Amino acid sequence: MALSRRTLVLAAGCVALALVPPIAALTNQPFYLDLFRRMMIFAIAAVSLDLILGYGGMVSFGHAAYLGIGAYAVGIPAYHGIQNGWLQWGLAIAASALIALVIGAISLRTSGVSFIMITLAFAQMLYYLGISLETYGGDNGMRLAARSRFGGIVDLREPTVFYYVVLAILVLFLALGSRLVESRFGMAVRAAKSNEARARAIGFSPLPYKLTAFVIAGGGGGLAGALLANQTEYLTPDFMHWTRSGEIMFMVILGGMGTLFGPVIGAVALLLLEDVLSALTAHWQIILGPILVLVVLFAKRGLFGLLVGETRDG
Amino acid sequence: MAETLLSIRGLTKRFGGLLASDRIDLDVARGETHAIIGPNGAGKTTLIGQLAGDLRPDAGAIRFGDQDVTRLDAPHRARHGLARSFQVTSVFRDFSALDNVALAVQAHRGSSFRFWRPARADATLRDPARAALQSVGLEARAEVRAANLAHGEQRQLEIAMALATEPGLLLLDEPVAGMGLDESQRMVRFLSTLKRRITIVLVEHDMDAVFTLADRISVMVYGRIIATGTPPEIRGNDEVRRAYLGEDQV
Repeated sequence: MALSRRTLVLAAGCVALALVPPIAALTNQPFYLDLFRRMMIFAIAAVSLDLILGYGGMVSFGHAAYLGIGAYAVGIPAYHGIQNGWLQWGLAIAASALIALVIGAISLRTSGVSFIMITLAFAQMLYYLGISLETYGGDNGMRLAARSRFGGIVDLREPTVFYYVVLAILVLFLALGSRLVESRFGMAVRAAKSNEARARAIGFSPLPYKLTAFVIAGGGGGLAGALLANQTEYLTPDFMHWTRSGEIMFMVILGGMGTLFGPVIGAVALLLLEDVLSALTAHWQIILGPILVLVVLFAKRGLFGLLVGETRDG
Repeated sequence: MAETLLSIRGLTKRFGGLLASDRIDLDVARGETHAIIGPNGAGKTTLIGQLAGDLRPDAGAIRFGDQDVTRLDAPHRARHGLARSFQVTSVFRDFSALDNVALAVQAHRGSSFRFWRPARADATLRDPARAALQSVGLEARAEVRAANLAHGEQRQLEIAMALATEPGLLLLDEPVAGMGLDESQRMVRFLSTLKRRITIVLVEHDMDAVFTLADRISVMVYGRIIATGTPPEIRGNDEVRRAYLGEDQV
């Protein structure tokens, strides 16, 4: 039963997202196309964080760093006239994965609060690095010269095309992710999260598995960053600010840690709440805060757990 | 005596002023069940910790088979065939019993850098895991979350995880601790079926279990091994009696 309900929820979510562009066109509300595209981009970032947070128990408080790296990997080449999307997005993923390798190799030697603080510190370092890049706008950031070009196959300047590209990437990312967490590799990472002493006692050395997961998550965050730069057509060090890292973490927790699909719901819910509440009052965070607290307290697997009604395993 | 599988020489571990392991020498023969007993605080758990690789000795050497394992960490020793159970039950609580054992198999068979095929559909992991569960009598509970198993069942699960890796040596840290009489007798009966097939080092307070299972017994007091011998020899040893009488008077 749980499985079929889960499949139903996933199918419904997929169809709903696919129907956003025609509905936005029919109701003449292009704003919603923009909003939902933004949601899906943050969903990719949140899903990538869930890979290490929910499945690996690695409370990385610097995930926004990869958003920034990915964005600058699009923005800087574009500034110098290189608009090839394959190159830009490839660079975004590679650079983020490389930085994640460095951050992970150092921070994964610690755990608990130290791990949280080190990942936060690295992200803030990158944030200040972004501010110091005077050529690329310093703390004001800069306009993206043009959206990434894919040689006529797809044109991201077309809002609907861009929307479906993001949707396709999100679906692909979720599909790969759900294979990953059920693979041997995924089981090793989850075992280390569940009981590290036991994992070591049966012969797993957790570090290489955790580090690999950390790098994969970094790459995913970088891809989201490349999309975000194209979305806003602007890039600023604020992409890397620690409050942004907190926001992504909230999406994961709100949607359901260790559910992979939950963070998508978390991203949609958080950005929708922000949108609705900020229209009601300037002090919208006073309303948002208690909602988040309630979800954390009463829904162990987040909104996804409420929707699907399944109990936690692994 | 048969070939020596585990050989400990001059093992010393200090915690501040406390000498938890005091130049311990011990040989365990292949196929032997060797029990380590002693009053609380004698240093039995410290010794197990050093054998499993969780604690680094300050001095001394541990040989396992034909290899010096003194500097190897716990995962490496486990892959070399040193399996253990913990004093306080330690399982993957969020996973099913079968998953728990399959993970143990996975840690020993092939690489875990495989990202695509679902591990839960892998017969090379599931079949040995199912067999190990069956050998401890948990096959009917295979799909139950480990956290929902009874305490005794969780202890059996730990043994199944250790067995699934086809270990050369099984380190059991108080396997019947906290069990009821029935459960404990069942566990002892089961462990006696493993005798001679697997070499076992057993730390245990339950003297019935120790004297039923052990081929030889070493007695630890204050970090030292004061006597090693067969169960009748240990029963008749005056120094051992004094050590235990001393504890009773406290």
